[in-house]
Amino acid sequence: MVFSEDKLKKVQEIIARYPAGKQKSALIPVLHLAQEEFGGWLSAEAMDYVASLLSIEPIEVYEVATFYSMYNLKPVGRYLFEVCQTGPCMLNGSDQIIDYIKEKLGIGVGETTSDGLFTLKTVECLGACGYAPMMQLGKHYREHLTKEKVDQIIEECRSRATSLN
Amino acid sequence: MGRKLLLEKAHIDGIRSYDVYRREGGYASVEKVFKNMSPDQVTEEVKKSGLRGRGGAGFPTGMKWSFLAKPEGVPRYLVCNADESEPGTFKDRYLMEFIPHLLIEGLIVSSYALGSNRTYIYIRGEYAWIVDILEQAIAEANANGWLGKNILGTGFDCQIYVQRGAGAYICGEETALIESLEGKRGNPRIKPPFPAVKGVWDCPTVVNNVETLAAVVPIINLGGEEYAKIGIGKSTGTKLISACGNIKKPGVYEIDMTISVEEFIYSDEYCGGIPNGKRLKACIPGGSSVPILPTNLLFKTAKGDTRIMNYESLADGGFATGTMMGSGGFIVMDEDQCVVRHTLTLARFYRHESCGQCSPCREGTGWMEKILKNIEYGKGKMSDIDLLWDIQRKIEGNTICPLGDAAAWPVAAAIRHFRDEFEWHVLNPVESQQRNFGLAHYADPRPVPVA
Repeated sequence: MVFSEDKLKKVQEIIARYPAGKQKSALIPVLHLAQEEFGGWLSAEAMDYVASLLSIEPIEVYEVATFYSMYNLKPVGRYLFEVCQTGPCMLNGSDQIIDYIKEKLGIGVGETTSDGLFTLKTVECLGACGYAPMMQLGKHYREHLTKEKVDQIIEECRSRATSLN
Repeated sequence: MGRKLLLEKAHIDGIRSYDVYRREGGYASVEKVFKNMSPDQVTEEVKKSGLRGRGGAGFPTGMKWSFLAKPEGVPRYLVCNADESEPGTFKDRYLMEFIPHLLIEGLIVSSYALGSNRTYIYIRGEYAWIVDILEQAIAEANANGWLGKNILGTGFDCQIYVQRGAGAYICGEETALIESLEGKRGNPRIKPPFPAVKGVWDCPTVVNNVETLAAVVPIINLGGEEYAKIGIGKSTGTKLISACGNIKKPGVYEIDMTISVEEFIYSDEYCGGIPNGKRLKACIPGGSSVPILPTNLLFKTAKGDTRIMNYESLADGGFATGTMMGSGGFIVMDEDQCVVRHTLTLARFYRHESCGQCSPCREGTGWMEKILKNIEYGKGKMSDIDLLWDIQRKIEGNTICPLGDAAAWPVAAAIRHFRDEFEWHVLNPVESQQRNFGLAHYADPRPVPVA
């Protein structure tokens, strides 16, 4: 388990943002890179690798990886639906959207579909309260969700997965 | 129409790019300070402006800057807090997404004032696409000589870096943010020492919110005194308000802190009123942590004056009958909404986001969530309401950082102003389980305004 040349170059660029000897500051951005590179989650092996890159102890990586909610500590589906359930989204119907996704995909919160395509996760406020209800899908937000929009997103993901396979 | 200082140019086509931003007068404040002002003079202008931190606490920015220790041979840092995670608040996102060069310009001027050669924007990890927008703007500023070595021949060097967080509300607290920037868990530090003396990598550091740093640009362009003439009293300048919930026009609005709360909710220029012919029930005007107010307290202060959208007026009457400006996250609830359910979602949020360092917060937030869940789902007892009150009192003021207060205040205000709604849930367990909330008597008794 190693980064590609491009990713290793990126790691060096990130370390250079901080004063000499403060390379531990690169940990959070480098963990994001590791999660992207190694299948959307952080295994113990991936975390140990990051520790070796930054010359810090593995425990320093574990304690950070387990603290922040954006790191996945077990495998997730190819498409991770992170649906906001906090107050402002709830006022605009996020409960119903979550129920609809559960029904549509036949999974509960925290579960992955049997084909490994979708994982459903509920999350706390993502700062999109004026565009509620919403979810995060990869790098982008999907906002003003309705049942029709959810259908569309699921279809989009399925056809993207088919074309990639 | 109120005065626009931050969003005036946000709707110009292509304003996200350097060329258009510059054509529209961008970076004039950098030219002005580098040609005519010393770093101390810049701080003096910010003091004169009366600018208060726009992240939520409202502390005077110029004063915060003047506390920065300046020991010889030790680097100083400016950190821009773009962690925006308070439910109801999405104003900084708008600013960074649509007019990123305004923030970069404000950061250069502020870095110069504070003597920061490496400045960091700490942004919440979920705003991944905004990281790309900011990095593009920084690259353009670099390419055009506004960043780098010996900027405009002044001998001042400055570079700006974007640091992405990874999903933790607590990192919006300045010492937790510093810990996170150092590659650690976001556990707040005990203060003192304050960051101005011992901040990131133990060096003197100023942490300011995105909106605060962007506001430095109009302050320099207009002059501090001119900026201070906008607004009322100690609420000077303009404020971004992110409005959401049950309103016709959710979005980010720039106000000059002279308009009434009622006008903000009902006028077409702002929220446009409540949709679907519903009446207003309650509002949280400053982000989820500030007290919720029912309609009868929302439009009038304790003294009986019209309540204005500014720091003093919103806080009038203290927590008994008032609330706070906070971050400007304006959450509106219509007559069909259940205050108990909404409070439960907030309790869950604060339990999820507690860093776990302090027992009152770690244990108390989870306990409050469990009790609220029981009440909400018709399994509560009357004594639970008093227990809930007691727990929030034991959290408030007993934690290292303000997250404990932020978790306690929404529960306290909900019980204070909507106690009979909690009692209704206890007394009507079947209807409560069926999510049939009733209690529309809290709603604004005035006729629904005609659209």
